[in-house]
Amino acid sequence: MMQPLPTRRAFVAGSLLVTVLPFVSAGATPDAMTAAIRDVVGEAQIRPGRVTLDIPPLVENGNAVPVTIRVESPMTEADHVRAIHVFNEKNPQPHVFNAWLGPRNGKAVVATRIKLADAQKVVAVAETSRGEFWSASADVIVTIAACTEDVK
Amino acid sequence: MANVLINAPKTVRKGETIELKALILHPMETGFRPGANGQLIPRNIIEQFTATWNGVEIFRMKMSPAVAANPYVSFFAVAKESGTIRFQWTGDRNFSAEGSVMVTVT
Amino acid sequence: MRLSAVVGLGTVFLATLAMAQGGKDQRRSGYQDMSPALQRMQDDDTANPAMLYVQAGEALWKQKAGASNKACVDCHDAGSMKGVAARYPAIPSGADKPVDLEGRINLCRTGQQKAAPFDAESEELLDLAAYVARQSRGMPIAPADDPRLASFRAHGEQLFKERQGQLNLSCANCHDDNAGKKLGGATIPQAHPTGYPIYRLEWQALGSLKRRLRNCLIGLRAEPYDYSSPEYVDLELYLMDRARGMTIDAPAVRP
Repeated sequence: MMQPLPTRRAFVAGSLLVTVLPFVSAGATPDAMTAAIRDVVGEAQIRPGRVTLDIPPLVENGNAVPVTIRVESPMTEADHVRAIHVFNEKNPQPHVFNAWLGPRNGKAVVATRIKLADAQKVVAVAETSRGEFWSASADVIVTIAACTEDVK
Repeated sequence: MANVLINAPKTVRKGETIELKALILHPMETGFRPGANGQLIPRNIIEQFTATWNGVEIFRMKMSPAVAANPYVSFFAVAKESGTIRFQWTGDRNFSAEGSVMVTVT
Repeated sequence: MRLSAVVGLGTVFLATLAMAQGGKDQRRSGYQDMSPALQRMQDDDTANPAMLYVQAGEALWKQKAGASNKACVDCHDAGSMKGVAARYPAIPSGADKPVDLEGRINLCRTGQQKAAPFDAESEELLDLAAYVARQSRGMPIAPADDPRLASFRAHGEQLFKERQGQLNLSCANCHDDNAGKKLGGATIPQAHPTGYPIYRLEWQALGSLKRRLRNCLIGLRAEPYDYSSPEYVDLELYLMDRARGMTIDAPAVRP
C-alpha cells in the first residue's frame, strides 16, 4: 500500500518543510520486489533464518542508511555463502545490490549504505554453495528531513 | 583522479580474517530525481565494484541506484599471502577508478 | 573548570559524555541528537564519508598554486592548523573585518599564492576547510579574544533573533525556543556549529555552515544572503560564541 506523502500533519507542523522527495514516486512495489527476488532465486525455496539484516528501524534521512548483512556459514570450500542479494519494496526499483562471496572471505558479512525513498521493507537473501536460499527482512521507517534545500 | 579511501590492516597474521573497507567519491545519481529545471537528472551510478588479492578476485558487488552516494563497502577476507589488494569501480559514463593497498602477512 | 577536563579526554564521544554527565551544561551538539547509527558513521574515520574530503584537502595543502607557485605547506607545516577552526571567525592581521575559515583560506589563496579565490562551496574550498577543521577535532570551541569582534557578534545575535521570511520566524524560534522538539520527523537541534564542514546526508555531500544557514533561510522562506555577505560571518561569530567550550567534532556527519 502506498503511503500518502506528505501527511497532513507533517505538512502543518512543518510548513518549514520543503518536501523534496529523493525520488519521483512509485515504481517498485511489494509485487515487483517478489518478482525481482524470483528472478534471482528461481523456483528455489527461500527459508527465513541464518541471515541477520542489521538496519536501523528508524532513520533520520533515507539518503544513506547503513546496512550490514551477516550470514551464519562456515565459509569453507564445501559450504559457503556464494552471494548476498538485497531488495527493497518501494524505491523506484526493487534491486539494491548483489554481492558475490566465497570461502576466501572467511566471514559472510557485507556492509554498505543504501537509499530508502520511503518507509518500507528491506529483504536480504543469501545463496549458499549448496543451492539453499536463506533470508531476513526488516521494516524501516524513514522520516522526512526538515529544512531541505532546493536542488541546485 | 578519483578520490578513494581504502582501509585495511598493514600487517596481519596468516590465516586471519580481516575487514576491508572502501569509500569512493561518486554522486550515485539515480536518474529518478528531477533537477532545478524539472527535468530528470540523468542516471550516473557505479555499477560494479570488485576486489582482487594478488590478482585473484575475492569480492564483487553489483550496485543499483539505491546504493547511497559516495558508496561505502565493507567485507572480509582471509589473509593467505602478502601482496596487493586492488579495488576497482566501474559505472555509467565509462566511469572507472582504482585503488590499492599493500598487506603484509606474517 | 569542566572545559579543561573535556579537552583532556580527547575524543568527541567521551567529551560529549562528560558534558552530559556534568549536569549543568544543557547544551547538546547535533552529534548527541543523532541516532547511534549515524554517530558510528561519524566516529569511524574509515567509514565517515567526510574523510574523502579531508584526504583531498591534505593533497591540496601540498599542491603549489597561483603566480607565486606556493603551496599552503610552504608556509604552514602539514598538521599545523590545530585549534584554528575552533577560534574562527576572526579578524586577520591588517584587516578590520572578520572572516570565517573559508574566507581565511581564500585570503591566503589570493594574498599569498596570488591565485584566484575558490568559489563558495567549491569542492576545493570544502576539502581544505575539512582538512583544517579536522585538526581541531576534540578541542573546545574557543572564539578569538578580540574586542573588535563584539559589534559583529552582536549583529549576528540580532540576526539570529530577528523574525524574517514569509513564515516570520527567527532562528531562535526554532533553535532556542523549540530545540529538542520535532519538526516533521526531525529533532530540532540547538544549532551549535561543532562539526563544520559537515557531511549532510540530505546534501549527500560536504557543505559549509553558510550552506546550512542558507537552508534555514530558505526554510523560513526568506531570501538567503549572497554567499559573500557579511551577515553569515556575523551569524557564525554569534553561533561559535554560543557554543563556546563545546567540543569540535569536525568533519561531522549530520542527517
